[in-house]
Amino acid sequence: MRIAIVDESAARASIIQEGLAALDDCELFVVTERRGLLARMAQIDPDIVLMDLGNPSRDVLEEYFAVSRALARPIAMFVDESDDDAIIASVEAGVSSYVVDGLAPGRIRPILDLAITRFNAFSRLQRDLAEAKGKLVERETIDKAKRILMQSKGLPEPKAYAELRRAAMNQGKRIIEVAEAIVTANELLGAA
Amino acid sequence: MTAELTIGFLPLVDACLPILAQEHGFAESEGLSLSFIKDLSWATVLDRLLYGHSDAAHMVAPLAIAATLGKGRPAQPLSAPFVLGLNGNAITLSPELARSVASPGSIGDPAEVGAALREIVQERFASSGKRLTFGVVHRYSSHNYMLRYWLAACGIRPDEDVDIATVPPPYCAEALQRGDVDGICVGEPWNSVAVEQGAGEIVLSTAQIWRRGVEKVLAMREPVMEEKRESVMRLIRALCRAAAHFVDPVNWELNSAILARPQYLDGSAELIRRAISDQLLLAQGGDLVHFPDFMFQYREAANFPWVSQAQWLYSQMVRWDGSVYDPQEALRAGRVFRPDIYRAALSGTKEPLPGASSKVEGSLDVPTVVGTQQGRMTLEPNRFFDGLEFDPQDIEGYLAKLS
Repeated sequence: MRIAIVDESAARASIIQEGLAALDDCELFVVTERRGLLARMAQIDPDIVLMDLGNPSRDVLEEYFAVSRALARPIAMFVDESDDDAIIASVEAGVSSYVVDGLAPGRIRPILDLAITRFNAFSRLQRDLAEAKGKLVERETIDKAKRILMQSKGLPEPKAYAELRRAAMNQGKRIIEVAEAIVTANELLGAA
Repeated sequence: MTAELTIGFLPLVDACLPILAQEHGFAESEGLSLSFIKDLSWATVLDRLLYGHSDAAHMVAPLAIAATLGKGRPAQPLSAPFVLGLNGNAITLSPELARSVASPGSIGDPAEVGAALREIVQERFASSGKRLTFGVVHRYSSHNYMLRYWLAACGIRPDEDVDIATVPPPYCAEALQRGDVDGICVGEPWNSVAVEQGAGEIVLSTAQIWRRGVEKVLAMREPVMEEKRESVMRLIRALCRAAAHFVDPVNWELNSAILARPQYLDGSAELIRRAISDQLLLAQGGDLVHFPDFMFQYREAANFPWVSQAQWLYSQMVRWDGSVYDPQEALRAGRVFRPDIYRAALSGTKEPLPGASSKVEGSLDVPTVVGTQQGRMTLEPNRFFDGLEFDPQDIEGYLAKLS
């Protein structure tokens, strides 16, 4: 079976590819370029296309499938009309899939399930990354606020941090919020 | 208790009404809170609607009909209780092609531009065997039908003499620039973006092809609309107020700035303002040109879902899908538009409500007072550029005249 993975995110495409590599009897093709997509599709001649639900090329691809009906290879959206659970799960995960009509549902389901798992794994990774980035930014802001306090009030570092923490506790705020306020005020006053 | 509705949209100027209804508090005063999901392709907007990520969507009208009739995928009944606007699209050609079919920087006449284009299509085919390629935003879009209507009426066969490809709106300028397409039919601000980039020049607005062409609708799954009927009626009232606000010149500056925000169109307020004010820059270095009724969001009960408009779209679906006219399908297509819900929502307000739900499309040359159920209404000229009329009572006869 020939599976095309269309994704402009090369990272996600490789995560999906890696997940599907375990399947027997499947050939995988990864397309990350929007340009020349239809020519690639014609070359690959896939049985299943997996792509991100929000991929801007979906209309282009759907048009292509509709036209290629003339070649007696009708392509249906998703798994099977009746398999609502699978469809909802895949939409939730952000996977859209195009399946050549006539492919046994029993063969499609495991592929789709795997794809869903891999899409979810990718979003988890992204969330973790965003969180890590956010923490890094917070750290930098707190350091900046500390330096401002050290300079303007002549405090040593541990005192500056204690000052931040005290202000946060008094105001019922998080340290980062107090630090942000200090940095902003400092920028506004032109001392930065 | 505030009811929440999630609305899907593509970054286009005609996604304005739901956005402004929320931003200006019209939704809130109806007890509604609207949130939005932005996407880049109509396929995604439709999927999110069908699988419940959104309650309603900004949608090209033919797609709502195609989804209901099960064209290209399993049928799912959609309803359109409100038209988000008429027209607002343009035809932009590569600068070289534009200059050979129209005088630079001025509004062309659709028949004359079409005749000039036909010669080029024929010459090019005779000399190199090549066909021009046009981009439209979706197979089931008013853009596709308007472009094809114009080409066919000018003697250019859309499926034989040229190629028509799908290009998502945000990529239209790029497709022109790269020479993937020779022309596009797309909504604003994407024509103007192409002009700004020097990738294209605007030659026609779709309002010149059909002065009152149905464009985007508010689409919902029929069962969701029934289930949330009270919220839908409130939404319709809020959208109507947003429409009145949108067309008032006093608000153009503010509304362009809102629509330009990153979470909405994420674009240039200047380009959006041009579309809102029916003023377009056709080519780099030219002057702004006024296109009468370029966008049509409110006047003459523009938001009223005329069943005859849905059926005109169905007639074009039959024509270009090469399918057989089916009176049952025509009926189902017509029923996607829901004037009954529109009327129920606005009954007792100051908005005029037409007495009829269907009309002969393209039949008016002069302003005509029409019968109403509420308020007063005058319909202005609404011709197709070739003068044909669409009588929803005789779709077959109309199709025979076209082919």
